[in-house]
Amino acid sequence: MTSANAAHSVVAPRPLTQRLAGAAVILYALVTMIPLVWIGLTSFKSPEDSISYPPKLLFQPTLEGYCNLFTTRTRQTPEFIAKLPPATSTCEVISRSRNMVIAGPSNYVPRFVNSLIIGFGSTVFAVALGTFAAYGFSRFKVPLADDLLFFILSTRMMPPIAVAIPIYLMYRELGLSDTRLGMVLLYTAVNVSLAVWLLKGFIDEIPREYEEAAMIDGYSRLRAFWKVVLPQATTGIAATAIFCLIFAWNEYAFAVLLTSGNAQTEPPFIPIIIGEGGQDWPAVAAGTTIFLVPILVFTILLRKHLLRGITFGAVRR
Amino acid sequence: MMDELSNSPTIALKAAAATPDRVARRLQGLSDRTLAWLFISPTVLLLLAINIFPLFWTVYLSFTNYRANRPNAPLRWFGAEWYHRILSDPDIWAAMQVTARFVVATIVIETVLGFALAWLIDKKFRGHGFWTTMILLPMMLSPAVVGNFWKFLYQPQIGLFNYAISFLTGVDPSSFQMLGDVSLSPWAIVIVDVWMWTPYVMLICLAGLRSIPDYLYEAAEVDRASSWRQFCSITLPMALPFIMLAVLFRGIENFKMFDMVNLLTGGGPGSTTEVASITLKRQAFEAWRTGYSSAFAVILFVAVFGLANIYVKALNRVKSR
Repeated sequence: MTSANAAHSVVAPRPLTQRLAGAAVILYALVTMIPLVWIGLTSFKSPEDSISYPPKLLFQPTLEGYCNLFTTRTRQTPEFIAKLPPATSTCEVISRSRNMVIAGPSNYVPRFVNSLIIGFGSTVFAVALGTFAAYGFSRFKVPLADDLLFFILSTRMMPPIAVAIPIYLMYRELGLSDTRLGMVLLYTAVNVSLAVWLLKGFIDEIPREYEEAAMIDGYSRLRAFWKVVLPQATTGIAATAIFCLIFAWNEYAFAVLLTSGNAQTEPPFIPIIIGEGGQDWPAVAAGTTIFLVPILVFTILLRKHLLRGITFGAVRR
Repeated sequence: MMDELSNSPTIALKAAAATPDRVARRLQGLSDRTLAWLFISPTVLLLLAINIFPLFWTVYLSFTNYRANRPNAPLRWFGAEWYHRILSDPDIWAAMQVTARFVVATIVIETVLGFALAWLIDKKFRGHGFWTTMILLPMMLSPAVVGNFWKFLYQPQIGLFNYAISFLTGVDPSSFQMLGDVSLSPWAIVIVDVWMWTPYVMLICLAGLRSIPDYLYEAAEVDRASSWRQFCSITLPMALPFIMLAVLFRGIENFKMFDMVNLLTGGGPGSTTEVASITLKRQAFEAWRTGYSSAFAVILFVAVFGLANIYVKALNRVKSR
């Protein structure tokens, strides 16, 4: 890592240079954060405020976007609404003020549950398979190890649409179309290449002497792997798992082509959230916000391992 | 962690001192060779089933007239007919050109911007760690979900992007449409890609800059080399393998770009932003020309496989430094 406190006499940047560099970087960071801030702001706007010109920075916040995201509504006459019993929830008050009545829940929550099940399911499988394979490649002399590792990586390089054509046909034959199991298997296969490459790097860094010593003390190879290597690799496994989870969470191409209802995840669902007369942008923004917040948290937690994750373990800092 | 590491030679010495026949007895159960295959084969089998078998199926279909929406129609052998038609199809070449322009434009902008940012962050101003994390946020998000929201920012008349441009330049915000205009829409997708992936290039370049040992600069300082000279003969060449790695990664990723473009423009207006993956999706899942699109998929595989080969070689070179 960097030597933060070591003052290098001749090579340390001058304070003025530092200040100018800082100003430029902070300006860039602020500009790139505008779209993200705008997503969050739009989710609390009324539909009128969201499309007003010039764009409104100050507005009366409302939960209408979130209400519309979680419910479906039908239009009713004012007379009909006047006859109804008093509204019991904020969302009912808001929808009645627009001559609407809540008809039921929307598909957002089921899609969110699909994203969770498929994301966590594929992550568990990919990390489990990846840990075994990575240990195998790291500790044993595997014939053609380099070719096998390249083969594992190359499966990740294929364009998803090209892979989707035969998968679509295969799943249709096997009855896996639009099922969570099908998506879990597919995402496991895509993620396992990342898991093997990342975990091999982490396991390579654990000294072999640990297991050898344990084996001399009477452990079998399997038990040494279980009791000595796995506890040492916990950080690496956790970081790898988060990367796999983020991939499955964000994936769109396979999801939009291979799922339509039962197993549909959030990324293909959010763009088709519509209201009366076009896209309901506050609702889309609300759905996007809920979808993005976990990833923002994970990114901040992962920041030390990001470099390794995005380069398949090629650059470790 | 460090303490444990420094202890390990002692453990190894103890290990050497122990009786070797005990080790042999413990390993009788499973040989390392068996165990290695036991550990690796599930992964390989899964990839064979979900990646390689379908790949061979694609190759087979690419020689036939199969259509996924008519599975019971009689199957005819087409030979290399589709390949011949694809390679002489002007629409395919147009898509390849759109893809090439997209890849080149994004890589050039992201590399210049990403390297500049890394160089500035490497000046280690106060709070650089915090701001680096802030800059990294866009690249971890879903390109589909965020791309979809950019459609809102690009709305003519009401969109924030048009407002910002008119605020900065005085152009009437309703006089241009980023997504509907033939000359602007390619730039609309480039802008979103640059916004998303510049941090990626920045992070890899930053690792490159931090790998340069200080003594090189100290020596250059002693020799009274100008800062421009230091930049050209130390910073740039030392960081080059990392920059190349970032370029290759972005090249492969953007070559197969689908999600963000599909949601922003869907390939339109007309086919001005129709990158290869969009053409493939239209042929395979809208026109249902399965044989034809399988042949196109095989051609793309070969191209990506070539790129991947170069990539792994470069990767090993960076690693061996």
